[in-house]
Amino acid sequence: MNSGTQPLLEVNNLSKHFGAVRALDDFSMVIQPGEVVALAGDNGAGKTTLIKTISGVFRPSSGEVKLKGEPVSFATPQEARDKGIETIYQDLALADNLSIGANIFLGREPMTRKLGFIPVLDRKKMADAARDTMALLDFHVSRMEAPVSNFSGGQRQAVAIGRAVYWNAQILIMDEPTAALGVPEQRKVISLIHQLKKQGRGIIFISHNLQDIFAVSDRIIVLRRGVMAGERKISETTHDEVVKLMVGG
Amino acid sequence: MTSSQVNAPAEGEHVKPQADHADRAKTVVQRIADLRAWLFLAVLIIGFESWSRLSFGGTFIFNGFNLQSIAIFAVAPLLLATGQTFVIISGGIDLSMGFIMGLAAVVAAHAINTFTPGLGLPLAVLLGAIVAVAVACIPGVINGLLVSRLKVPPFIGTLGMFGVARGVAFLLAGGTTVPVSNSFFATIGNGRIFNVPYIVIITAIFVLGMHYLLGQTRFGQHNYAIGANVKAASRCGINIKSHLLRLYILSAACAGLAGVLYAARFNAGAAQAGEPLLLDSVAAVVIGGASLFGGSGTIIGTVAGAFVIAVIQYGLVFVNVEPFWQFISVGVVIIISVLIDQAQRRFSGGRQDE
Repeated sequence: MNSGTQPLLEVNNLSKHFGAVRALDDFSMVIQPGEVVALAGDNGAGKTTLIKTISGVFRPSSGEVKLKGEPVSFATPQEARDKGIETIYQDLALADNLSIGANIFLGREPMTRKLGFIPVLDRKKMADAARDTMALLDFHVSRMEAPVSNFSGGQRQAVAIGRAVYWNAQILIMDEPTAALGVPEQRKVISLIHQLKKQGRGIIFISHNLQDIFAVSDRIIVLRRGVMAGERKISETTHDEVVKLMVGG
Repeated sequence: MTSSQVNAPAEGEHVKPQADHADRAKTVVQRIADLRAWLFLAVLIIGFESWSRLSFGGTFIFNGFNLQSIAIFAVAPLLLATGQTFVIISGGIDLSMGFIMGLAAVVAAHAINTFTPGLGLPLAVLLGAIVAVAVACIPGVINGLLVSRLKVPPFIGTLGMFGVARGVAFLLAGGTTVPVSNSFFATIGNGRIFNVPYIVIITAIFVLGMHYLLGQTRFGQHNYAIGANVKAASRCGINIKSHLLRLYILSAACAGLAGVLYAARFNAGAAQAGEPLLLDSVAAVVIGGASLFGGSGTIIGTVAGAFVIAVIQYGLVFVNVEPFWQFISVGVVIIISVLIDQAQRRFSGGRQDE
């Protein structure tokens, strides 16, 4: 449907059943590079099942996921992450007592050698990478060694996004990224998403906040009881229409 | 309508100075909190020094014998506390260390006695020590499996192992102390070089290694992350189960080494060797700046904490106060230390909310 460019992510006829419950049924979608797609729907509509199936937490019951045209199948979230699909969770998944750099490299810490033979954590590399990555997101932090608990909600959200960016995530799945934030912080996250879009990444954005959805998304997909209730271009729809799709009017 | 419009900027004006004020207060409290063990240590040393000068006209701290004694006092609690530091940073606790130490002391005594006739003095000691530490690791493995695989809370799991290790240690010892007959072992336990006891040197090297492990390796880094946010650590690909298993083996190995050095110092293994030291080890970690909620603590802090306890214990004996005052003093220091930690927590918590 979209122009001839290779889609970043294709989801074809994806279903996920838990016993008799069809949490997701025959769902298809496409994400182009630099596109922000919002997922909306009531609680239990299947948004979470969808993103967990894409990001390797669940195995699909049927259907396929293609990344840049290639069919992929992930046994663990780590495999999805290695292929460039990163999920940014509501609760941020940061270790508050560690620095930005240490959080970006958590679980994949770089090592160097002291005196030529003692392996030690490469803190300089972590700090440098953290500074560069945060600058890429237009976030300038002076205290690189401070624990992330010292930063505000929006800055911490930026650290979580920075981690995904550093590890070269092509698809970022953001689950309610603005839910826990104050209004100015929400605006920062929205502008972060614009940055990511400019860099050609694909973003799946889950939110209950229609204002945020209309502020950043190119398209909106509404789910209801595990099936697609509708798909609209943001430029061609209204709050009212989306709400109607959500409640099934 | 008008009132809310007037209020809004007024509130905005108020918020900023308040936040700045909280900021400054926080850094002061946090600095005190970070350095509390050293402050305690300084206060204690100054206190005992003045007491000693006033009552006996002699010095307390500039006395080589006193320094040696304090260092020897500190060895066993420090070794336990080093392992305990790792466990507490991860958000757990290991209550079984005291009796794992006793078990290791008894096993070391038996093993060295068994090996000495066949292998000669030094080799028997080396092999006996290895066997003792290896045996100490068995309850560590069980602790680790209980906590990591079976999701038993560390407090309960290690409390169970406290009982098991205690029983096994007393059974192996036949309910009594096991004397060691190996003069090389006795030399290690009581000898010194340039007036520094060997067991102090061994402990210092070991603690330095642990400092490196906690501060400079992935294992240490993951330990902090797990203590702060186990979910985050797991999502970042850290294998929590294997980390916790290794963690409890590590703390058991620390207790094992403490048991071997105890046996060397007293030339005997005793099941109750570490009994009074477990709580001292937790106290040293807490005084040293770690939080029992996990996520913070350092080996350097723990070293200071262990010396606070050793100085109190030795100092009170030195100035000839009834030994029961030791318990009271250590208890008071623990409580003050936790109060400082909570004050700091309140400040940093308040900032996060705003």
